[in-house]
Amino acid sequence: MSSPLPDSANPFAPRPTPARRLEGAVSWIFRIATYFVLACGLSIFATIFWKGSATVFRAEFPFVNTAFFTQAPETLYVFEWQGEKREMGDKEFRVFREAEAAKAAAEGRPAPVIRADSYAHSAGGIFPNVVGTVLLVVGSMTIALTLGVCAAIYLSEYARDTAAVRLIRLAILNLAGVPSIVFGLFGFGMFVIFFDWNVSLLAGWFTLAFMVLPVIITASEESLKAVPKGFREGSLALGATKWQTIRKNVLPYALPGILTSSILGIARVAGETAPIMFTAAFVISDRLPWQVEKFSDMFFQGVMALPYHIYVVSSKIPQNEYTERMQYGTAFVFLFTVGLIALTSILLRNKLRGRYKW
Amino acid sequence: MDSTATASVPRSRPLATPPASSAGAERGATLIDIKDLDFYYGAKQALFDINLQIPDKRVTAFIGPSGCGKSTLLRCLNRMNDLIDGTSVKRGAIKIRNVDIYGRDVDPIELRKRVGMVFQKSNPFPKSIYENITYGLRIQGVKNKTRLDEVVEKSLRGAALWDEVKDRLHESGLGLSGGQQQRLCIARTIAVEPEVILMDEPCSALDPIATAKVEELIHELKKQFTIIIVTHSMQQAARCSDQTAFFYMGKLIEFDATHNIFMNPKNPQTEAYVSGRFG
Ligand SMILES: Nc1ncnc2c1ncn2[C@@H]1O[C@H](COP(=O)(O)OP(=O)(O)OP(=O)(O)O)[C@@H](O)[C@H]1O
Ligand SMILES: [Mg+2]
Repeated sequence: MSSPLPDSANPFAPRPTPARRLEGAVSWIFRIATYFVLACGLSIFATIFWKGSATVFRAEFPFVNTAFFTQAPETLYVFEWQGEKREMGDKEFRVFREAEAAKAAAEGRPAPVIRADSYAHSAGGIFPNVVGTVLLVVGSMTIALTLGVCAAIYLSEYARDTAAVRLIRLAILNLAGVPSIVFGLFGFGMFVIFFDWNVSLLAGWFTLAFMVLPVIITASEESLKAVPKGFREGSLALGATKWQTIRKNVLPYALPGILTSSILGIARVAGETAPIMFTAAFVISDRLPWQVEKFSDMFFQGVMALPYHIYVVSSKIPQNEYTERMQYGTAFVFLFTVGLIALTSILLRNKLRGRYKW
Repeated sequence: MDSTATASVPRSRPLATPPASSAGAERGATLIDIKDLDFYYGAKQALFDINLQIPDKRVTAFIGPSGCGKSTLLRCLNRMNDLIDGTSVKRGAIKIRNVDIYGRDVDPIELRKRVGMVFQKSNPFPKSIYENITYGLRIQGVKNKTRLDEVVEKSLRGAALWDEVKDRLHESGLGLSGGQQQRLCIARTIAVEPEVILMDEPCSALDPIATAKVEELIHELKKQFTIIIVTHSMQQAARCSDQTAFFYMGKLIEFDATHNIFMNPKNPQTEAYVSGRFG
């Protein structure tokens, strides 16, 4: 054995080598980068929450601004009246003006001239926008999931690895990178003009569905591929047909993965403005989607939608304190809605995943 | 010897005669007749001119060094190889009860109902034990609860698993031990009452005790089923098979009663292999 070390010598004492110093620096760079991202994200959420909650919540019962959730957007009128500053929505303002005119006529005075500043979209609420977004999401996700899961099943279970199939995969991958405005223009050309559906719910559904389709196909295919081969072989060896095998012994296990991908899909479908701008979104509509003469008309009219509304109130209208309330209120509700949908999907996925584990 | 009969096989002829008459069939008579079989993975030939007669209600073992084509031949017998792109039987035929299973009037789905398979890696489905066993029957459209219950009990008893799992039929099959999982797979296979059970190294992932249980089970099962087992364990082949086929590089080298293969092999290659000098 080598000579014994003196008691005081610690062979494990830290030594200031370059590698040691780099170790410390590197870990700090990673840490700072992470916290920087976190800080950006948090400040966005905090701003929207802070400014939005002023519009959405109320100090008194029922603590939420019910008008904001139940009414359609209206023009806001701001004016001086008998030395007092008044704010009124379009409908209220008309009633007020007529009442004043009638009062003046009764007293034999000329009708008063009310000089009001008007601010578009700054009164009322966003009920039709929420409705429109929900309709767009539900419809387009139904189309995208149906088509996407079928295509994924074909690609992963039926198709052989031929040049044509590889080309299809490449095309799908590329499609995922196409900017959403291009999908919007495609939808406009295809559905609005060529199919003559006009600006309508139906055109929006298909445009949005095509936009998320690549994501859903790719993710579904991956979830299907993740199901062990042994389950398929075991099922086939018992005399099941291919489709029986897929339906009973592959698809159920792939479902949690497919749902995960559809969460991403939902967030995208709900949030994108460009694809619906030319195909489905109305700046303002005085009817709710179901207020139609016959049911089928519902699909052939445009809707108001949250992201497009945010776009309109923040870029089409001169900025002012009144419109700002709507902007942040809408953004707040929008984030909340998307969050809620995502949460539901996550809960559903966890429930399914607990059921099938291997 | 039976080749003249094939031409007149009617289209709808079942792959197996009903149990009543099969009980009367002579035990040990040829059930599976493999003739001049050449099998290819794409351009690569994996089996060369295989000739083999496998008797009814007996255990036949396939042995040989890794890559010699045991699994390939086994998977030919229930056409699992159809699932792999580019595979083909280029020459020869496999007849089960005189029906060419690669003939045009054979549906591989029907074939696999009669020729079940237990895999090397036990593959219970991530469903309850009950659902695992009834899977094959439900696929066939059986819905009757009493019938299904009966089959579950019978199959689990048949696979010597009933006593261990009878209180947890509705728990996941994946909660069982490795050996139990493999017996569950056997139970699942016998639930559809096949005629032949193919086993590809069913014990390779099991400990000696679990292996002994499966071997015991094989002994019981051969009263009812024709069993073909691929194994890398000479002892296992010696213990549980009636006859043994030795393969080397895609060729059948020797096929004889197990006793002869191990005690008195005719071919020097067989002798070298079973005495442990290669492979
Ligand atoms: N899917 C496949 N595609 C191409 N070649 C294959 C495929 N499966 C097997 N082979 C080849 O066929 C030959 C026989 O393989 P097989 O799996 O039948 O061997 P085995 O005797 O079962 O071996 P082991 O004891 O290792 O399981 C091998 O050379 C193997 O490489
Ligand atoms: Mg093998």
